[in-house]
Amino acid sequence: MLDFFKQASGSHETTLAPPPAEPAEVRLNINGQQHTLQIAPWVSLLDALREYIGFTGTKKGCDHGQCGACTVLVDGVRINSCMTLAIMRDGQEITTIEGLSHGKELHPMQKAFIDHDAFQCGYCTPGQICSAVGLINEGKANNLEDIKELMSGNICRCGAYTNINAAIIQVKGEVQS
Amino acid sequence: MNTFSYTRANDVADAVQNGSVKTNFKFIAGGTNLLDLMKENVERPDHLIDLSRITLKEIEDTADGGLRLGALATNANTAYNQKVEERYPLLSKAILAGASPQLRNMATNGGNLFQRTRCYYFYDLATPCNKREPGSGCSAINGYNRIHAILGTSEHCIATHPSDMCVALAALDAKVNVTGIHGEKVIDFADFHRLPGDQPQFDNILEPGDVVTSLDLPKNNLSKHVTYLKLRDRQSYAFAIVSVAAALELDGDVIKDIRVALGGVAHKPWRIKSAEIALIGKAATVENFKVLAENLLADAKGFGSNTFKIELAKRAIVRALTEVAKAI
Ligand SMILES: Cc1cc2nc3c(=O)[nH]c(=O)nc-3n(C[C@H](O)[C@H](O)[C@H](O)COP(=O)(O)OP(=O)(O)OC[C@H]3O[C@@H](n4cnc5c(N)ncnc54)[C@H](O)[C@@H]3O)c2cc1C
Ligand code: SF4
Ligand code: FES
Ligand code: FES
Repeated sequence: MLDFFKQASGSHETTLAPPPAEPAEVRLNINGQQHTLQIAPWVSLLDALREYIGFTGTKKGCDHGQCGACTVLVDGVRINSCMTLAIMRDGQEITTIEGLSHGKELHPMQKAFIDHDAFQCGYCTPGQICSAVGLINEGKANNLEDIKELMSGNICRCGAYTNINAAIIQVKGEVQS
Repeated sequence: MNTFSYTRANDVADAVQNGSVKTNFKFIAGGTNLLDLMKENVERPDHLIDLSRITLKEIEDTADGGLRLGALATNANTAYNQKVEERYPLLSKAILAGASPQLRNMATNGGNLFQRTRCYYFYDLATPCNKREPGSGCSAINGYNRIHAILGTSEHCIATHPSDMCVALAALDAKVNVTGIHGEKVIDFADFHRLPGDQPQFDNILEPGDVVTSLDLPKNNLSKHVTYLKLRDRQSYAFAIVSVAAALELDGDVIKDIRVALGGVAHKPWRIKSAEIALIGKAATVENFKVLAENLLADAKGFGSNTFKIELAKRAIVRALTEVAKAI
């Protein structure tokens, strides 16, 4: 992954010739592991995860904050990783879809998505699951209407919404009992 | 996105100092508007000064019974803050009507004030736009202008300010605390944003390098009868076509205080204080609310695709006020 990127960015520089910028050192704790990157300031957190570290679970849908496919948790709070720069997150703790399970033991939200068949193509799913975990952490959703409203930042082109909501209701019930 | 250099500001003084020595720089806070515009090459700063680590994240009581909202507090932390929910529910409702949970977790109170118009021609580098490129013309006036302004427009620009939060801040008579190279200043919310006139490139009255440090909400008795009515093309996660921040203080059915600010209709939140004052001491009736609606929209002008907003705004005002008058 890393070699591929170096190659890709090498050819990018010769064709488009962006002005050279001093890569900065950025330290990110991702899924409990410390990563130190040398990257340019304009690399989004999303691109840092996918292209520099190889965590491709986090998806790029729109790259403009409109779809939620890139949702990750920063210090437990859900955000759009496309709308922040990696350098702004220096020193922070990031959890991606790859970091939710404990070894082979899936996170309850992952299990619930499987139980309820809460996906079709799966492209939005990592973002949906991270967003749903963030929603439970926030503790503001008390009923189906709330869940719908507070999951509105995640678009599913396959329209798996009904089953996504059912999965979240299941986990909410587990958290409460 | 263009290339740029990056500095992280430690505190407000550091941010102001950095701004004073840099040219073509931008502050960045949550990043949710600036990075969007940078990815479209609408904004092309050579340098970013990151405000996000500055400790202006508190929400605290002020000496005169009001509330101070730190400029770097997130929109989510502000909307869900217990003091805001109890004393300024209008603000909570307006914030929660905007964007998505993820975006509200990133967006800051300061950044929200500076978000730029969602005019599609402003975003499209292939089309003329006086706001993006002064003197190039306005594509919206004779173009497709469904999301555009009906009040306070000029022949140079008919863009709207897209914020929901700012509509509530206008209704609540907020004050904006600013620190710049020439020291500190306090700006009434009504004066913060400007109308496009012949300089639509300027959204507000601040000077380059000015940092918003906090917002002050004065004490009021407007926590009981409030609503934020947002009309949009889908039920959630869309900008307002028309929105109404409405608040009443009632004595029986007599109006003691009334606030009505409109979003989605102008280059700034739209409020006419004289129209509100005219209703004080009168009964909270549909007839009186209709008078206010007519007064607020008296100078409205449509541009074709957005002309429907004039009637829509009037009806939205009456509906919002009727709803809040009923709610005890
Ligand atoms: C898909 C999408 C949907 C949205 N929907 C809505 C909606 O429905 N309603 C709504 O109201 N908003 C909506 N928003 C906009 C969102 O609310 C704004 O992007 C956000 O409030 C901007 O805050 P920020 O901290 O991220 O600003 P940034 O992007 O970091 O900064 C924006 C501008 O503010 C300046 N700035 C920031 N802080 C300060 C400061 N303290 N002092 C001086 N200058 C400063 C920066 O220089 C920059 O120019 C939406 C955004 C997206 C991407
Ligand atoms: S309305 Fe304003 S922002 Fe939109 S094209 Fe015209 S000048 Fe540009
Ligand atoms: S890729 Fe980030 S919101 Fe769509
Ligand atoms: S499962 Fe296909 S986009 Fe959601």
